[in-house]
Amino acid sequence: MPFINLMAREINCKIVYYGPGLCGKTTNLEFIHGHTKAESRGKLVKLATDSERTLYFDFLPFELGDVNGFKTRLHLYTVPGQVYYDASRKLILKGIDGCVFVADSQLARADSNEEALENLKLNLLEYDLKLADIPYVIQYNKRDLPSALSVEELRGVLNPYLVPEFEAVAHEGTGVFETLRAIGRLVFRDLKKSYGAQAALGANPQRAR
Amino acid sequence: MISPQSVMYEDEFHRIQGAIETLLGAANARVVFVVDKNGQLMAAAGDVDQLDTTSLASLTAGNIAATGGIAKLLRENEFATQFHEGKNAHIHIQLVSQRVILVVIFDAKSSLGLVRLRVRKTTEELTAIFEAMNKRPVDARAGSPFAEITDDDIDNLFND
Ligand SMILES: Nc1nc2c(ncn2[C@@H]2O[C@H](COP(=O)(O)OP(=O)(O)OP(=O)(O)O)[C@@H](O)[C@H]2O)c(=O)[nH]1
Ligand SMILES: [Mg+2]
Repeated sequence: MPFINLMAREINCKIVYYGPGLCGKTTNLEFIHGHTKAESRGKLVKLATDSERTLYFDFLPFELGDVNGFKTRLHLYTVPGQVYYDASRKLILKGIDGCVFVADSQLARADSNEEALENLKLNLLEYDLKLADIPYVIQYNKRDLPSALSVEELRGVLNPYLVPEFEAVAHEGTGVFETLRAIGRLVFRDLKKSYGAQAALGANPQRAR
Repeated sequence: MISPQSVMYEDEFHRIQGAIETLLGAANARVVFVVDKNGQLMAAAGDVDQLDTTSLASLTAGNIAATGGIAKLLRENEFATQFHEGKNAHIHIQLVSQRVILVVIFDAKSSLGLVRLRVRKTTEELTAIFEAMNKRPVDARAGSPFAEITDDDIDNLFND
């Protein structure tokens, strides 16, 4: 759910990085945080265990610039990837505007990727959402590792509908901003479309739902 | 789909801002702010310059989401009120109208009793405002951010 403040002239959107444990979701946000001018991003909040695993979520507000006199911002969240934190994962999806699925390219993580993707679909259902209905991109991370599967193999399993996909080495930054730009663009195009459609429908928003 | 509550018009903002400014004074609080359940800051009053309100908003919403999850497991309705007592700063969190979160930060200049009392009144006011917001349509009133935005504008945002 975007938040549009017509007084302060701000548009904020929520993007969630989803994926199996240790696939590199937090690393994506850390790289973005470390390679953006201080004035265009806020603090990176990490709610993590002592061993640096995400416990609840990471949060990074990220300013894009002005459109039509509106300040636009992305609120980036990660979920905890570990299987038993499912209750928290579900909560983070509330109000999602766009999703990045981060896959771990290593052969040994193939099952975990699939499980995490199934889990994402299931948890979106809690909010009456389908993956096909929201802006969505995939990142194949850890391309630097020798045990990485080929992109064709990963695509075959994880990306049957051929949404935009990116190869990444998140701790070095490869593919990180490409992924972010792609999801950001999709989110704003989607927002423009649904806002336009709704305004045209006019009268009753309850009915439009 | 954009829900009515995710668009805040100018007059609504002024009404919300007015309500929390009043609360700020009446409760002798340091800071008062309103966050939606998705973690978006809607309005803030008081000593906000020294605070990272964006992070606070996201964490407060996370907190409410987590206790809401706990409530569900206990087959409770949501825990509508929370209070955390620090050494110098105390924080009172109130769920309004199931949708938004009213946060009051105060210190020794005030008291829990006073804050509770004043929050109750403001909660009623805010409930009325948010219920009205929920009923009105999202229309293309002047100032619609998307009226004149082209796909090129959007692409330009992400050029680098
Ligand atoms: N070799 C390699 N290591 C990476 C890459 N991206 C992240 N890592 C490492 O993988 C480990 C886990 O990364 P995180 O970002 O914490 O993983 P996460 O997805 O947030 O994990 P959870 O919080 O448990 O869900 C860290 O040690 C990272 O440095 C990559 O592209 N290549
Ligand atoms: Mg993490």
